[in-house]
Amino acid sequence: MSIIYLDNNATTQTAPEVLEAMRPFLSELYGNPSSMHTFGGQIHRKIEDARSQVAGLINADPSEIVFTSCGTESDNTALMSALEINTRKKHIITTRVEHPAVLNFCHHLGRKGFRITYLPVGSKGELDPDLILKSVDDETALVSIMYANNETGVIFPIDEITRILADRGIMFHTDAVQAVGKIPVNVQETMIDMLSLSGHKIHAPKGIGALYVRKGTRFHPFIIGGHQEHGRRAGTENVASVIGLGKAAELALRNLDEERTTVSRLRDRLEQGLLAACPDASVNGDTQNRLPNTANISFEYIEGEAILLRLDEHGICASSGSACSSGSLEPSHVLRAMGIPYTAVHGSIRFSLSRYTTAAEVDRVIDIMPGIVKELRELSPFGRDRLTCPKQE
Amino acid sequence: MTAQAKTVIPGDCCRQAGPKSFKTVREYSIHQLSCLRPIDLTASLCNNGLMWEYTDKVKETFLKPKNVGEIPDADAVGEVGSIVCGDALKLYLKVDEKSGQITDAKFQTFGCASAIASSSALTEMVKGKTLDEALQLTNQDIADYLGGLPDQKMHCSVMGREALEAAIADYRGEPITRKEEGRLVCKCFDITEEKIRKVAIENRLTTVDEITNFTKAGGGCGECKGDIEAILRDLWSLKQPEKPLVVKKLTNLQKIALIQDVIETEIRPGLQTDNGDVELIDVEGSRVVIALRGMCTGCMMADVTVKAIQAKLRELVTADIIVEVQS
Repeated sequence: MSIIYLDNNATTQTAPEVLEAMRPFLSELYGNPSSMHTFGGQIHRKIEDARSQVAGLINADPSEIVFTSCGTESDNTALMSALEINTRKKHIITTRVEHPAVLNFCHHLGRKGFRITYLPVGSKGELDPDLILKSVDDETALVSIMYANNETGVIFPIDEITRILADRGIMFHTDAVQAVGKIPVNVQETMIDMLSLSGHKIHAPKGIGALYVRKGTRFHPFIIGGHQEHGRRAGTENVASVIGLGKAAELALRNLDEERTTVSRLRDRLEQGLLAACPDASVNGDTQNRLPNTANISFEYIEGEAILLRLDEHGICASSGSACSSGSLEPSHVLRAMGIPYTAVHGSIRFSLSRYTTAAEVDRVIDIMPGIVKELRELSPFGRDRLTCPKQE
Repeated sequence: MTAQAKTVIPGDCCRQAGPKSFKTVREYSIHQLSCLRPIDLTASLCNNGLMWEYTDKVKETFLKPKNVGEIPDADAVGEVGSIVCGDALKLYLKVDEKSGQITDAKFQTFGCASAIASSSALTEMVKGKTLDEALQLTNQDIADYLGGLPDQKMHCSVMGREALEAAIADYRGEPITRKEEGRLVCKCFDITEEKIRKVAIENRLTTVDEITNFTKAGGGCGECKGDIEAILRDLWSLKQPEKPLVVKKLTNLQKIALIQDVIETEIRPGLQTDNGDVELIDVEGSRVVIALRGMCTGCMMADVTVKAIQAKLRELVTADIIVEVQS
């Protein structure tokens, strides 16, 4: 059975070109870039090439890119750095819908005595930038707000937020792990101080990420040791993956237009197809302001894990925000923050496409999904207008 | 979205009023969202891989469940869980009046794969059994039937067992021990102390994590974890879970007789030497209501006395007894 992979916000397949670029660095080119000899030193140059490629994707200067082990490390580094360079300031502003890499780290900081403001979002997952203005004070060290949400794909008004903060001299970090490579991100036009990105969301392998740190931004390293990355991130470089991330960034930049056109059209085709074929289904999130590849759909009165497992029988891969599939007993914190009723949260499915997704794959899902929904609804004691079965009423 | 059926005050309102005070399940669920749950935990959208811990039997049963649907003229209906908590099961039984045999069983379930598989297993297992035989089934039997369930999914088997109890109580016209009557421990999932004790005893659970796996209690905001720990400490300080533990299956009449006997022979004589006394007022499930008499009324040590009575009853009757003083 062939796999239909519609879970690209979770991770992506490594692009063949990326794997090809990495291969020599996993075998014959094994030198340490910090070595004095040519054999090692030549690797250093390749790493700098990769740095330029990553910088190119977000229109940054290569010197502003720090390689890390993943998006989570980038996020943790940014938050810690902001607190370290200004120990008098003890307040962080973020949102209720951040990725756990930011949100749980903020919970951790909260327990350590820092003051955290979690901004709410509206029913479409949208953020009102005025709330930030109301929340900042003299103690605010950092505002950390994601570029686009991983569950709904909703894009936050980062441009507007940075303009609000610019006059006040408050540092701004954005977790752009889901946005980079899917929509244009330009740090020359938007006054972002720090930005996190991750390799495995843009067809590079897992275990590599980067943190953009604007020139002139004071910075404190998170991992301390050797002089690598100009003392901004210690530890011998994950050479092959750095090269892979560079290649992936180059490919992503070249394919940005395709995301907006082809991928977005396929997503819409999937979404409209499913909504037309399945009653009591609705889209979560602002459809006017979304990543081109993400569709988060609630199928009411049925449970997400059950849907996923039935889809899995057909080789279709997706994600759910239901309690059963979240690893916690509570359903998605993002959908709850949006006020989506439990009837819908438990049955939410996220489909996330990539440039490798085909129309045939999308059509197959549109074909299969209504049967699954119908079957599970027949199993369910709940329905549109009833608490229980009509018999009891 | 239509307006809510009636004005409700945020807080514990919907638990008291119950789901029936809302017109539709959607309204109820919207209300609960605003009223009950703090959003302080991240439940991220990553699949935790539990799906791959399912046995083939669970998967097979989930993909092709048996006995799905309702029995329009059912003799007994048992309903447990809620859409807010993420799983709910409605069990229908057809019972032969003369033999007390379950001739047909069907179910409707909202929930994950293991909830659906557990429901299907339950209906298969009870068919052909008499009601008394069916009551002997434990949640572990349901899990065993499926070749085992992942630890975190054991609550699905507990839900099956509860639905069966509820259906049989419905058939016998017994009042179902209503949730609201026990002391509420887990506010996120509406779990009472009574249920925690019962499940802990039946499955010999000793840790908070196990309680969460079997009942979900403590799996939301986590505020009640200390409370659960205290309950477990209290429970197992009386009986060691390592020992083979037989939960006595007493009928209500037998239980009341035994409680009366213990009070007469073991408790009253001791109290009477101090000019005190105790009277049994009522027994409802595992709740034993007593009234203190004589010198015990208003005694500063009354709390200690009640604890001692509870300990004695738990030792000699059933370990899940909760003693309450009539107010």
